[in-house]
Amino acid sequence: MKVALFVPCYVKAVNPEVITASYKLLRHLGVDVSIPKGQTCCGQPMGNAGYESHTSHLKERFENIFKDYDVIVGPSSSCVVYVREHYGNIFKGRIFEICEYIHDVIRPTSLPGSFPHKVSLHNSCHGIRLAGLAAPSELNIPYFNKLKDLLSLVNGVEVVEPERPDECCGFGGLFSVERSEVSIKMGTDKVLRHLETGAEYITAADSSCLMHQGGIISARKLPLKTIHIIEILACGI
Amino acid sequence: MKIDVDDALWLVRGKRDRLSKEIPEWEELRDAAYRLKLYSNSHLPELLEQFETQATANGAIVHWAKDADEYRNIIGGLLKDHGVSLFVKSKSMLSEECHLVPYLKNLGIETVETDLGERIIQLMGSRPSHIVLPAIHIKRQEVGKLFEKEMGTEPGNCDPTYLTHAARRNLRNYFLNADAGMTGANFAVASTGEVVVCTNEGNADLGTSVPKLQIAAFGIDKIVPDRESLGVFTRLLARTATGQPVTTYTTHYSAPREGSEFHIIMVDNGRSRILADKDHFRLLNCLRCGGCMNTCPVYRRTGGYSYSYFIPGPIGVNLGMASNPEAHKKDLSACSLCQSCAGVCPVKMDLADQIYLWRQHFHSSVPKRILSDGMLAVMGGPSRLKATLAVGHPAMKALKACGFQWGKGRDFPDIANPLEHE
Repeated sequence: MKVALFVPCYVKAVNPEVITASYKLLRHLGVDVSIPKGQTCCGQPMGNAGYESHTSHLKERFENIFKDYDVIVGPSSSCVVYVREHYGNIFKGRIFEICEYIHDVIRPTSLPGSFPHKVSLHNSCHGIRLAGLAAPSELNIPYFNKLKDLLSLVNGVEVVEPERPDECCGFGGLFSVERSEVSIKMGTDKVLRHLETGAEYITAADSSCLMHQGGIISARKLPLKTIHIIEILACGI
Repeated sequence: MKIDVDDALWLVRGKRDRLSKEIPEWEELRDAAYRLKLYSNSHLPELLEQFETQATANGAIVHWAKDADEYRNIIGGLLKDHGVSLFVKSKSMLSEECHLVPYLKNLGIETVETDLGERIIQLMGSRPSHIVLPAIHIKRQEVGKLFEKEMGTEPGNCDPTYLTHAARRNLRNYFLNADAGMTGANFAVASTGEVVVCTNEGNADLGTSVPKLQIAAFGIDKIVPDRESLGVFTRLLARTATGQPVTTYTTHYSAPREGSEFHIIMVDNGRSRILADKDHFRLLNCLRCGGCMNTCPVYRRTGGYSYSYFIPGPIGVNLGMASNPEAHKKDLSACSLCQSCAGVCPVKMDLADQIYLWRQHFHSSVPKRILSDGMLAVMGGPSRLKATLAVGHPAMKALKACGFQWGKGRDFPDIANPLEHE
């Protein structure tokens, strides 16, 4: 089975270590994964801004790169869901957010290494409300959280959640620019709630939320760090 | 403890969550409500005519209004014919939509809002900032000052119970002396011809119990087929809106009181146009519960006045676009697409997805276009992306060193050196 790692553009730009960790983790779990060349962007930021019709060349590039793979896995729920919902049926049923894929398909029972830190889990909007990584607080459905399940496989990690555990952090793509003040207010509220848990790290399945919250942490010089969940899961590899 | 609008509405959202989780079949109820709304809105002609027949048989007089003009003229005509000079009204978003009160003022008719929040807003000469909690943004100290001036309450007393009692005494005079009373409607039951009004204060009931002329006006999307389906909606409405199992009063108005007249006005005012829009017809599902406002992280932080349309929040962004897109397209950016509204909505409207769709046709700002085009250019190919990152890596370092931020209070991320990460 041919598995491709989808490298979201902004992850490549600001968190390339997440790509390395994703690759190592999947290999460790016995997945024959490769990183196809020529990847740029799925078109989500432009689509959310109102310019999906301008992105046909990005879609064409994406389709050409990935069409022959059986499974596509990406470390960004927002991008994965965008492809799922805006690319017609071409990738339906074979594109996964990486935690979703590991949790639902590979189902590991243990992971090597330990991460002896207190970690505040950021349940990203698209991760839980669109990719189904956890039960959203709005719905009356049985509780589940695939991210917590996976983190429980790592030794030493203590997982906590902030108050309002799935309220939006305010990134929202170009929302963060166009409504900058609101975005920063939302992000600041969120970061301070993470801080109140006493955690050392904020972790999430979306680098975009972490990039935005990281910017607020940096500007306010707060004693918090951000780390993509895959880096924790791959810490012993 | 200092409570702001965000905290106050988050508490309401929390109550809504707790109550909804006490109902095991909550998600099935939402499904049923969604399907019932699709049914009613796709059978409007039959249901509205059935309603008219039943209501007429009950002794009510039914009017049809195609737009705000007709709605105002019907009400103005009725009030003039009955020699009304004092008019009491419970909260109705339709009356805001159709600018009823200023119109009546021009006719020399004084309208008194009887919902406490709406009355506060009226006395302030302001407009509602929330559709269910119209004065949510007003502090009790401000209400104290207002009542001191308007009702002669004790200076400096802003105890909520004291102020509520003062308002109650003050409104009582209006209830007793009004020549006509009006309500909106939460639902109109086609099979029985009843207008159903849900309130907590009983003001609608008082306002319709004394005057000889009663008017109820509602948008045609308020129609539900029968009482059984009504039960689905009343179970969802108060739980979602305010976190109560049910509103204190759920009043079914069917016939006029003895010796009085009951007029019902069914208003289109653009609703059939929304119904014809394949992307947005589900907006007619809306119960006007305000649940999407309570959960919207943007609304909670910016408040109702930051939107150009009179209905704010996720539903307001959509209804504003449906009403006049050029006038309201700036509101489209007031959404991070977090999707929380879709999960709260009792009639399962895909509010964020609809905002996404509007954005494809109506663009809110030139800088966003430039940014989007810029990103498109960079993403045109892997070599361009690599080159941009190669330049971006030192450029971002330099920018950050000069103190440039990604908005005030947020630093830009570092851009990785693409040569180190092949």
